[in-house]
This record gives sequence, structure tokens and C-alpha cells, in this order.
Amino acid sequence: MTTVSAQRLVRVFVEVADTLVDEFDLIDFLHMLTARTATLVDAAAVGLLLADQRGQLEFLAASDETTKLLELFQVQTSEGPCLDAFHTATPVVNADLADAASRWPRFAPRATAAGFHSVHAFPLRLRSQVIGALNVFGREPGPSLAAADVPIVQALADVAAIGLLQERAIRRGELLTEQLQGALNSRIIIEQAKGAIAQARGVNVDEAFTLIRTYARAHSRRLSDIAHTIVTEPAQIPELFNP
Amino acid sequence: MDDHAARIKALIAHQPAGPDAGTGTAGFLQRLCAAATRTLGVSGVGVTLMAEDGVRGLATASDPATERLEEVQFVLGEGPCIDAFEARRPVLMPDLTDRALSRWPVYTPTIHDSGVRAVFAFPLQVGASRLGVLDLFRTTPGPLTAAQLAQALVFADVAVGTLLDGQERAGPGAAADGLDEAMDSRAELFQAQGMVMVQLGVPLAEALARLRAYAYAESLPLAEVARDVVARQLRFDRDHA
Repeated sequence: MTTVSAQRLVRVFVEVADTLVDEFDLIDFLHMLTARTATLVDAAAVGLLLADQRGQLEFLAASDETTKLLELFQVQTSEGPCLDAFHTATPVVNADLADAASRWPRFAPRATAAGFHSVHAFPLRLRSQVIGALNVFGREPGPSLAAADVPIVQALADVAAIGLLQERAIRRGELLTEQLQGALNSRIIIEQAKGAIAQARGVNVDEAFTLIRTYARAHSRRLSDIAHTIVTEPAQIPELFNP
Repeated sequence: MDDHAARIKALIAHQPAGPDAGTGTAGFLQRLCAAATRTLGVSGVGVTLMAEDGVRGLATASDPATERLEEVQFVLGEGPCIDAFEARRPVLMPDLTDRALSRWPVYTPTIHDSGVRAVFAFPLQVGASRLGVLDLFRTTPGPLTAAQLAQALVFADVAVGTLLDGQERAGPGAAADGLDEAMDSRAELFQAQGMVMVQLGVPLAEALARLRAYAYAESLPLAEVARDVVARQLRFDRDHA
């Protein structure tokens, strides 16, 4: 039996396949993928890390990006289920965090403290390469991913890997490099914008992020674009700085 | 990442300066270009600094011929520097095919005539703060290897760090640059940059420089300074932090 609804799954695959045509925004795509995966398997949170050209796993997007979770994703550049999945090219499934303290001495206690019980990580694979990992945090104690769901989430991760590249890039990787560096930079701009708004509005960075995201949605603009304007041309959006 | 940057800085420190290299930042960047040329197996490397509106500032290169290849982009108003700066992401052309020609209809034949067959441009930036571009030129076509690409990115990081500090930070013993800081605190570092930008009412690049200067002066890890700023325990005023 699987938890995953076939209908929803079809919709997600269609959305992912959509990335194969035309230009698309990498950060938006990754946000979509993590949000859909979280709903699909009823996860508490889903995050995505991609390897940069230095071979380091870098956090790029999650279904939930509050500070606590950010830390959990970021610490996985040095240890954790994502790093394991990335190195072994096989999924890490139903890892019990209570038992994982010696395996992941920095990650496990932090994840437990954040209220999680189980964690999974799926490598993003493309032919012989692993380009990143999809991280799933379960809500309930005990195994939270049914055996039948595992290949489905893995397939989603693999299709996402394909969706990240266009035909030329599969042969040479320039486009992936350009997109990835662009996305990593957009990520940085988002953090810079959070700080700017947090300072201007006297709120914490999580609240600042909510303000920015709400504004972007209300004006049908991309999150990355608003963030860029915040830190380069603040006078253009006075209502965000001084409502 | 600390090791990579330290190694690259050591390479730069041991690089003899070109004849017109100049001193300080300009001299350092010239040596960076020369060291990058040797390390990355390319024929020439140039760094052009640009203002936010794209206006060209200081430019240095590994050799005079590459200096001209850098310059001519701004004369023609097209080229990898301009595109990479604009798009805020690298522009990688492993060979000068139709793609390059349609992108840079005049620049492509110009550099082709000079023997160039591949060009790779890396923006020098930290988020929204753009400082310029690092250009690699090669007389043989073909992509950069994964190792060369990784190293090119480290050269770019070292260039950014040097520019923000406004001074040479040569030597393998130098404290780790902010960009090499522990992955854990990276989000905080960038958040702190945004906060200081608003606190001081200055452009982002200046906020970056002020944070780094403070950390250096107080001999504190940049990550710690950032954490204090985000926790609102440290504030930057116009006069002092």
C-alpha cells in the first residue's frame, strides 16, 4: 500500500516535466518540487541540496525555510543523511534519529531537538553522476515512509535531476553550472534581503521572509526579483521598508 | 574550502608580478590573473571591475594581449564580462560556435582573429553585491574540466575577498576569508550583510566590507560577528560598530 495518491503524483510529474521546455527559474522549480513532495508523502519538511562544482552539497530550497530548518539543512554539508545518500548514490530511508547520534553526531541531536523523529534522503542521480540529495523529514515516530513509496520518491528525485538539465548540458554541463551558480547567488540575495527587511521593520529574519514572500505573491513577482530589488534599489519598494 | 582558498592564495603570493602590475589591490589582481593562467591551463586571464551600472573600472590581466581582449568588450558593448555581470551567473563558452556568434556578433570574430577559441567568465559577486568579472581565454576549444572549474570559482572567491578588504591578503597563514566560513553560519552571514546595509544606509558592498573589517580588527571569526549582528547584540552605526 502506498500513501501517495496516484492523481497527485501524476500532477507532480507533469509539473516537473514542464521544466524541460523553455527557460525556467531554478529556485522556483526547487521550491515547487520540495513543496509537492512534502504534500505527497505527508512529510513535516522537505529540502533539496545540490552539489556545487567544488563538490560541496549546498542547500538551495525547502518546503519550509524557517531558521531552525535552515540550520538542519546547512549542517548536512558536512554530515548527515543527505551526504550519505549523495556519496553512496542510494537512498537513506527511515533512519531513526534517536539511534543516529553516533552516525551523525552534529545532525542527529539538532534534528531531534527540532522535533523530528525520522529522516530520509534520496540521491538525485543522472546516469553515473549524483548531483544532489532530496531530504525528507517525517512527522510521526517510527518509520514514516511506506516501502512502496520509496521507489516513487526516488523516481521523483531522478526526474528532477533530468529536469535540471537541457540537452546540451547533459553532454557538457555548462548550462547546469551557469544555472547552479545563478541559483546559489539568488539564494544569497534572499538571505541578504531577509536581513535588510528584518532591520528595517524591527522583526526577526523568519518574519522578514514572510513579509517578502507575501509581497512577492501579492504583486505576482518572483521571490528572487523582489529580494534583488530590496538590496539594490530599496527606494523602489518603500512599502516593504516602511509601511 | 579553507584549504582550496589558502592554496590559491599561496600560488598568488609566489607569483612574480608582471612589469606594469602596480601595487596594492591592482598588483594583487594582476598576480592573481597570472597565477590563474598557469593553474587553469588557459592562455590568458583578465579581471575587470565594474560599477553597479556596468561602467568599467579597474582592469588587470595576465598579459597585455589579454588586457586588450578585456578592453575591447567595453568598446564594442558586448562580451562575456558584460553578460556574466548582467546575468549574475557565469558565461561558459567552450568553443566559439553559432551560440557565441549570435550572442556577440562583433566580439566573437574579433577574439577569434586573436586566436581565442574558448572563453569562460565568472562574475565576482556576493549575492546582490556585484564587483566585476573574472575572464578566462583559451586558444584551444573544449570545456573546463571539473577540477579547473572548481579552481576558477575559488580564484573568483579570492578575488572578491581581496576586493572587499581593499588590500592584499597574501600568504597561506592569513585568516580564512569570510566566504570560506563554516557552512553552518552562511545564512547568518548574508542576513547580517543586509542588516548592516540598512543600519549604515550604505550600498551592500560597503556593508560587506565593514563587516569583514570589523572581524579582522577584532580578530573574530566573521561567522561570530554575523551571529551577533543577527542576534541584535552588535550594531553598526555610522561612526563605529
